[in-house]
Amino acid sequence: MLSMPAIAIDVLDFQSPQEAERFRALAAEIRCLVCQNQSLADSSAPLAQDLRAEVLEQMRAGRTDQEIRDYLVARYSDFILYRPTMSVTNLLLWFAPLLMVISGLWLLIRKLRQATPSENSTVSGHDMPDSED
Amino acid sequence: MLLVIGLKHSEFKEIIPSPLIGQKAPAFELPTLNDHRMVNSSSLRGKPYLLNIWASWCPGCRVEHELIMSIADQDIIPVYGLSYKDAEHDANRWLERFGNPYTEVLVDEAGKVGIDYGVYGAPETFVIDSKGVIRHKHVGPLDVKTWKKELLPLIMTLDQPQS
Repeated sequence: MLSMPAIAIDVLDFQSPQEAERFRALAAEIRCLVCQNQSLADSSAPLAQDLRAEVLEQMRAGRTDQEIRDYLVARYSDFILYRPTMSVTNLLLWFAPLLMVISGLWLLIRKLRQATPSENSTVSGHDMPDSED
Repeated sequence: MLLVIGLKHSEFKEIIPSPLIGQKAPAFELPTLNDHRMVNSSSLRGKPYLLNIWASWCPGCRVEHELIMSIADQDIIPVYGLSYKDAEHDANRWLERFGNPYTEVLVDEAGKVGIDYGVYGAPETFVIDSKGVIRHKHVGPLDVKTWKKELLPLIMTLDQPQS
């Protein structure tokens, strides 16, 4: 099983070591959609073979790595990339913990402020509760 | 709510949402089965149609075939078949045996058009409107319930061919 990646990729005929290296790097980023947890570089599934051929063809047509990624994402969604691009849903996912901490703090401060009689809070914006309950 | 979104994204999903919904269907030029006429995708425009990705090697295609046949029989919407990564004589044999519901069968033997449509298996069914925009994609065998609840109501809202 460990030799699978080499077998999967060596079917393609590379024109130069540089091309092979670039291809390997790019294919490792692309998820094989029909095989769980395998990159495009590792899979021998027919769809993976087709996608590899497509990637190589586009490389040879002078497309940049980013253009090739964009092409695939436009058709298969960013699920096809192991490192997802920034999308609205992903942004939400990545920053949700931070947002939750901030909103939690905000709620806490509000609650504590309400607990403290407003006349006492002379130093505005720097309130501390008298005691915890 | 966030947990649900998180789980949805972290798990391997069987259904990958198609970013092509609402986009123009990718252009193609493909030969028809048997008579090898070249058909350009732009010639399909002007009326809504289904594009059904199928193959004789695909068990799921057999499962949905009866429904695809009845959709075609009832003249609800033209169904174009994309023969996906299949040998011509296998495709023909399959159609002879189980019936041919397709207005036209377009042959994508190398699966290149499939890639352009974000196909990652067969069967898949696209609903394309009269302007050539992809309105819906169903992954896996189409069943009567999904047809009645999702595809048919959508198709009813699409503008009908000008006569």
